[in-house]
This record gives sequence, structure tokens and C-alpha cells, in this order.
Amino acid sequence: MNRYPVWKYAIILVALLVSGLYALPNLFGEAPAVQVSVAKASMKLDPSALARVEDALKSAGVAADAVSLDGTSIKARFANTDAQLKAKDAIQKALNPDAADPSYVVALNLLSRSPAWLTALHASPMYLGLDLRGGVHFMLQVDMQAALSKKAESLAGDIRTVLREKNVRHSGIARNGQTIEIRFRDAQTMEAARRTVADQFADLTTVESPDGAEFKMVATIKPVAAKSVQDQALKQNITTLHNRINELGVAEPVIQQQGQDRIVVQLPGVQDTAKAKDILGRTATLEIRMVEDSAEARAAETGSGPVPFGSERYLERNGQAVIVKKQVILTGDNLTDAQPGFDNQTQEAAVHLTLDAKGARIFRDVTRESIGKRMAILLFEKGKGEVVTAPVIRSEIGGGRVQISGRMTTVEAADTALLLRAGSLAAPMEIIEERTIGPSLGAENIAKGFNSVTWGFVAVAIFMCAYYMLFGMISSISLAFNLLLLVAVLSMLQATLTLPGMAAMALVLGMAIDANVLINERVREELRNGASPQAAIHAGYDRAWATIIDSNVTTLIAGLALLAFGSGPVRGFAVVHCLGILTSMFSGVFFSRGVVNLWYGRQKKLKSVSIGTVWRPDSSNQVATN
Amino acid sequence: MEFFKIRRDIPFMRHALVFNLISLATFLAAVFFLFSRGLHLSVEFTGGTLMEVSYSQPADLAAIRSTVDQLGIKDVQVQNFGTAQDVLIRMPVQKGSTSGQQSEQVMAALKAGDASANLRRTEFVGPQVGDELAADGLKALAFVVVGIMLYLAIRFEWKFAVAAIIANLHDVIIILGFFAFFQWEFSLPVLAAVLAVLGYSVNESVVIFDRIRENFRRYRKMNTVQIIDNAITSTISRTIITHGSTQLMVLSMLLFGGATLHYFALALTIGILFGIYSSVFVAAAIAMWLGIAREDLIKATAKKEEDPNDPNAGATV
Repeated sequence: MNRYPVWKYAIILVALLVSGLYALPNLFGEAPAVQVSVAKASMKLDPSALARVEDALKSAGVAADAVSLDGTSIKARFANTDAQLKAKDAIQKALNPDAADPSYVVALNLLSRSPAWLTALHASPMYLGLDLRGGVHFMLQVDMQAALSKKAESLAGDIRTVLREKNVRHSGIARNGQTIEIRFRDAQTMEAARRTVADQFADLTTVESPDGAEFKMVATIKPVAAKSVQDQALKQNITTLHNRINELGVAEPVIQQQGQDRIVVQLPGVQDTAKAKDILGRTATLEIRMVEDSAEARAAETGSGPVPFGSERYLERNGQAVIVKKQVILTGDNLTDAQPGFDNQTQEAAVHLTLDAKGARIFRDVTRESIGKRMAILLFEKGKGEVVTAPVIRSEIGGGRVQISGRMTTVEAADTALLLRAGSLAAPMEIIEERTIGPSLGAENIAKGFNSVTWGFVAVAIFMCAYYMLFGMISSISLAFNLLLLVAVLSMLQATLTLPGMAAMALVLGMAIDANVLINERVREELRNGASPQAAIHAGYDRAWATIIDSNVTTLIAGLALLAFGSGPVRGFAVVHCLGILTSMFSGVFFSRGVVNLWYGRQKKLKSVSIGTVWRPDSSNQVATN
Repeated sequence: MEFFKIRRDIPFMRHALVFNLISLATFLAAVFFLFSRGLHLSVEFTGGTLMEVSYSQPADLAAIRSTVDQLGIKDVQVQNFGTAQDVLIRMPVQKGSTSGQQSEQVMAALKAGDASANLRRTEFVGPQVGDELAADGLKALAFVVVGIMLYLAIRFEWKFAVAAIIANLHDVIIILGFFAFFQWEFSLPVLAAVLAVLGYSVNESVVIFDRIRENFRRYRKMNTVQIIDNAITSTISRTIITHGSTQLMVLSMLLFGGATLHYFALALTIGILFGIYSSVFVAAAIAMWLGIAREDLIKATAKKEEDPNDPNAGATV
């Protein structure tokens, strides 16, 4: 009656092997490493970069344990942190000769020491949370109202332009919060305007009403359009953050959307929070100025003369100098969008800019007066300006739609558009949560969590073995198996392990033993009531099962609630808690039964089982069954 | 080894009234302290800035306090954290300055006072996040209560569901009462511990209820009180041993987990101890007052098994 069919043992064996395999990488620990990735979206990592890294290491005399190129980054592993730091300097010098304009991100990182065959199986160690490895965590709230206001502003400008083109006379267009108010003298004009708006602006809904002697039409952004505005604002802010964080040289930054209007940024290993915050909160500004084209300026461009009065010298990205006037024509505030595309006639790669109403007006006036001259678009970051592009004005440009083309590849066009767009944030952001954990604290937290789990486990195992003898030993083995399973599942899922997660691990082990205590107590009780050892084992497992299910379900309900409503540390706790309960059902019942069956199941005439003292109230003699 | 050598069923239910009165008294005391003292909520809930700074020598709290005061930051709490060298500084949300500026300012001032000051961690939570966390916490609690009640009502009967939830919510209130009385810091991990304990100690009630149901089937001659007494007596060894094992784990966290896990482990300890008490003495008693009976649990299915022609129908061996 206490036999398992072969397939059940096969399941146990497979589970043991698989979990052992996936838990294994955690044993190897981590080695200091240097990670190289590209700083600019237009560049790619190729084997030549790998060769340069290897050469740099060789000439610096630093021996790497392993250097590899995997898709987006080159990783070099070292024996100790000294070699790591030396290597970082050497690689930095070799790959980024110009420190002011780095083309590669060279960052310090920790890499798993596990052998290559394990990595090939996608077996990697558990992902440690910031509280265990040290680093910075930010939660940023995107001001969506501001993004909507900005959109309404640009739509108001567009409406103005369209109504003028269609010759619809209005007596004023104004943005009021996130709505656009247009006034008319008579109802017919308003009707004409309504049709035009309905025709050309799919994102708007309009409501008309008489307003004193005049007529008023209020246009509102449709909820669907508003949502897409918010989505885009969020995406653009995330892109901007990505670009900025690249500069920080962080090995594995996490930049994620959270909810409708929040962005979480996690920078493992970063200690300089002031710099991180400075970079995250930086506002890049875009300026459009005219290029100075006097003879003195030409001389200054080539470096053979002084910069003329009232002008400044800036560099283009290809290193060429451009002399621009100090007077600013437009700023990035007037730019509502920038998209890469193609010129309609020449099919050349181009960047299409959209300006708001005010910007469009100024732009039209300026371009009318300066056909044939060059204008420069400059991007200022960290107080340092750079000329993004300096095209020649070919004709008057009205309507606020500007196209920059000529001498550009499609990749460059995409890059320029990104730079123009992402240089500034779509909507302002505010840091609403911030956490910094020092590296020493992270290491201490790992030790604390590890000690809690280990000593708790040892104490429980000793007690179980002493109290239930062989059955206790089997319970302890299943508890160890549970721990193995849990670690394997966490490693497979690459769930983030935090200190509360380690606490959950300890707690779940304490709770998991409950199943075995239930079974063992039940077996003892059956023996006490005079059942034969085999029958007692059978009945013990069978009857305890229903209770174990019940108790695990209630615990799981609490776990799921924490998972659903928890955030941050609570979620880390809940993930481990829920997984631990599920694995404990397998190890505590299925696995431990397997071991018991293997040990006792074959003995047909089993006289006694080793489950500690079975005390009977009806006799003063104790029946020792072990 | 056997700790529990119980010859006869222990008449728990004879003293049910006394136990329930004790529970009521503790419960009322907890509610009283919750209202009079309130919970000492952590930065996560209230919003504000928290800094952990370590020194090479035992830190001079008064000096740190005056340094921070001179920066014009009001209502600052400074206390030791774990060891004498580690200091925890709590600052409420300040209008007009961002979190970053605040912690950097303070750190610069502290470094000027003692160069060995080393920033170990900072935490800043904006006020809007705090409110959300509190709301989410309450939602989670409601979810757990409703979920467990539904499950127990389906699995057993509504009387058991009500009894188990009352017994265990009273544990939760008592844990909160302890935190209010001693003004221990109530943080997110503590909230997690409280909810985990709620799920865990309902276990206990479930095990006893399971046994009560089984006894109703097995011992037809016993009355409800005897059945409950027997159920509690026969499961008490298991109750004590599993809680003991879990407590061993929690104790290990209390000893090795450091200051971060301290209150988490403390909440679990109180929860486990009161969990035993409430499941053994309170839950079953409430179920008894609510009037559970054999008919509630053994539905028509049990009758079908009996053959009307069988003279031994209803007899059990």
C-alpha cells in the first residue's frame, strides 16, 4: 500500500535534477567585471570592439578570466577588484580617446562566476534587489496635466493656422487649461469652423454655446487621444532617461513604466546619488540661432581669427566649428515634435519638426528675411552647447512644419530626431520616492538574511530529528528540498530577491514544516490507536492531506493579497512567500511520501516505524517503536 | 520524545466564557492604545526623508540633532539603529526643497562635524506615495478577510468562517495594539508580517475545525462541547509543535536578521503566540456560541450512505 509507481519517482528525480541544476549558479558567487556597451543608439558593438578591449587589457598587463561579446555588451571578468579597476581605466582610455565625447559606456559590474555550460542553459543566479547589492532607486511622477496642456497649446496653434487657410474668421483662440476656446461673431462662421475642426482634428471634440453677443466653441481633447498623449509623454521621458543614464555608466539600469504616469529607475551599484539625480533631473534646452556668415566668422571657423563680437563658437557633432549669433530666435519650448522621415521630392532622409503657433510665426518671419543663410539648431546640456545641425534656409517656411534635410543618412536622421525630441522631457517629472543603499549595507543584508535562513533551518531540523527520529529526518530532508526548489524557481524566474524576500524564505520554511508535523502527528495517532505501521503511514498521509490543502490555501490567500496590493518591499516578500507555499506542497507531501515509501514501503512485515515515542494513555508503559 | 501525554480530553470549552472575556479585555486594551497613542508609522506611510548614517565611534546623538536643527529642518528624530555607531535620522516632508537637496545638505553638515560619518542609506517618500500605501494596505487586509471567509464558508460553513475571522482579526488588532503601546515603528514589512500572520493563524483554526467535522462524523454520541474538547485536545500537540518550529525560524530572524528585520520578526512573534491562543481558546468557542451542530456539517451525503434496511445503520466502529 505504500508504494510509489516508477513514474512518481521519475518526477521526483527530474525535479531534483532540474532544481539542482538551476540552483547551482547561486553557489559560484559573483566576480568583479567590466561591462562595455555603446553610448549612442546609432552604433553597434562588433568583434572589432572586442579585439580592442582584448588589446587594451593585454597592453595594460591585466589578465581577464573571460572576455565575451553577447549582443549588446562586452563583458570581461576579473579575479579581484584591483584588476577590475585597472582594466576599467585601460579600456576607457582605449575605447574613448576623447573623454568629453565618449562613444562607449564602460561600467563596473558583478558577473556570475558560474561556468559557461550553466549559462548556456540559461541557469543564472537569483537577481539581487538593490537592498542586497547597493544602489539607487527612484520613482518619478510624470506631470501628465502639463503634457496635456502642452498638447492643447500646440493644437490651438494648429487650429489658428487651419482656420486662416480656410478663411474662417474667428475673434480669438485661447487655450484655457486643457481646452481650447474659439470665439466667433456669428453662428454661420462657427458652424463652418466646427466642420473644419471635425474634419481635420480627429483628436478633438467640440461643444458650441452662445456667449453674450458672441458665439463660443470649446474644443476638448478626446479621452482616447489624451491617453495616447500621455503614453507618448511617458515613452519619450523613458527614452530621455535612457539616454541620460547611459552617461552615468551603469551596468544594468532598470527603467520601467509603473502604472499610468510613473517611471521607476533603478541604478545598481551607483553610489553618487547627487550626480544621478542631477542627470535625471537635468533639463536639456534646445535653441535655434542664426549662423554668423561674415568674413571674420569664416576665419574664426577655421581657427585663424578671433570670434567676432556678438557671436559664439560651437562644435558640430562631426567636430566642425560653427560660429553662431548670440541672439536666440527660438527655444525648445516652441518645438512640439520631431520625427525622422523623407523629403517628399528628393526622397532624402529628413527630420520633420513641428513648431507651436508662436514658434511658427517667428520662424516664418525669420526665414522670409534670411533665405540662403544658415541657421543652427543647438542643444545645451550640462551648460555645454552642441550644434545638432546647421542647414541652409532655402525658402520661407510657414505653418510651423519644418524639414531639415541634406547630407543625412536615415540613421542620422533618426538620431537627430531623437536628440531633438529626447533632449527635453515631454512633461516635467518629480522624484516622489528615492532610496539609496550603500554597498557595505547590501553585503551585510545578504549575510543577515543568509544567517537567518541557515540557523532557523538548522534549529528546526535538529528539533524534528530529535522529536520524530527517522520521520523527522525525512521531514528535514524534504524541507531542504523545499529550499532547493524555491531557490531554483526564483533563479529560473529571475525574480528579484530582497531582504524581505529572504525573510519570507525563512518564514515559509517555518510554515512548510507544518505539513510534515501534521503528517507525523497523524501517523503517531494512528499507531496510538493500534493501526499497523504500514496502515498508519498510509492513513497518516491520506488524512493529513485535506488539512494541509486547507491551511495552505488560507496562507496563499494572504500571500496573493500582498502580491496584488503590495509594492516595493512587500511585493518582494509576497513573491517568495507564494512560491514557497506552492513548492512546500510538492516537497512536504509528495516528496516526503516518496522517501518514506522507498524506506518502508517494501517491507511487507513491518513491525515498527521510527517516528519517536508513541505514547498510549491506556497503559503506563510507553511503547517505543524505534 | 513526546511532550504531550494527555490522558483525557481537556475541557477547554468549560472555561470558554473566561477565555472569551480575557480576549475581549486584551482586544479592548489594544483598541484603546491604537486610538490613544496611534501607530508610529514609518516614512513609507507618512512621507519624508530617512537617513542611516554610520560613525566609526559611538555617535553623539545630541550633537547630530543640533547640527540638523541648525539647518532649519523641523521635527527631526535622531536615534540609534541597531548599534551605537549607527544613527537613523528621520525628517518630515519639507516644503520647497526636494529630497535630494535635503539629504545632501544634512550629510554635508554631518561630515563637517565628524569626518567618519558615512551615509549607508537614504530613503525619501513623497506624501502622495504614503497615502497610496496606506490605502493599498487596507485593501490588502480587506481582500484577505473576504478571501478567507469565502473559502471557509465554502469549505466548512459560515459559522466557522465568522468564528475564524473574528478570532484572527482579534490577533491582528492585538499586534497593532502592541505596536501602538510600545510605539514600535510600523513599516511596510511589518504590514506584510501582519497579513502573513493572518493567513497563517487561520491555518490553526482550520486544523481544529477539520477535526471537529471529522469528530462529528465519527463520534455520534458526543455532544458539541465534548466534540470540540476532543478536537482541540487531539490537535494541540501539532499546534504547539508547528508554531514552535515557525517560532524557531522567526527567532533566528530576530537574532541574526539585524535591525531591518527586527520589527518584522517581532510582529510575527506576537502574531504566532496570540495565534495559538486565539485558535485554541477563541475560535472554537465563538463557533460554539454561534451554535454549530452536527447537521451543519454532515449534509445529505452522509445519510445516503446508510442503508435503511441495515439494522446497524448509524453505528460506527
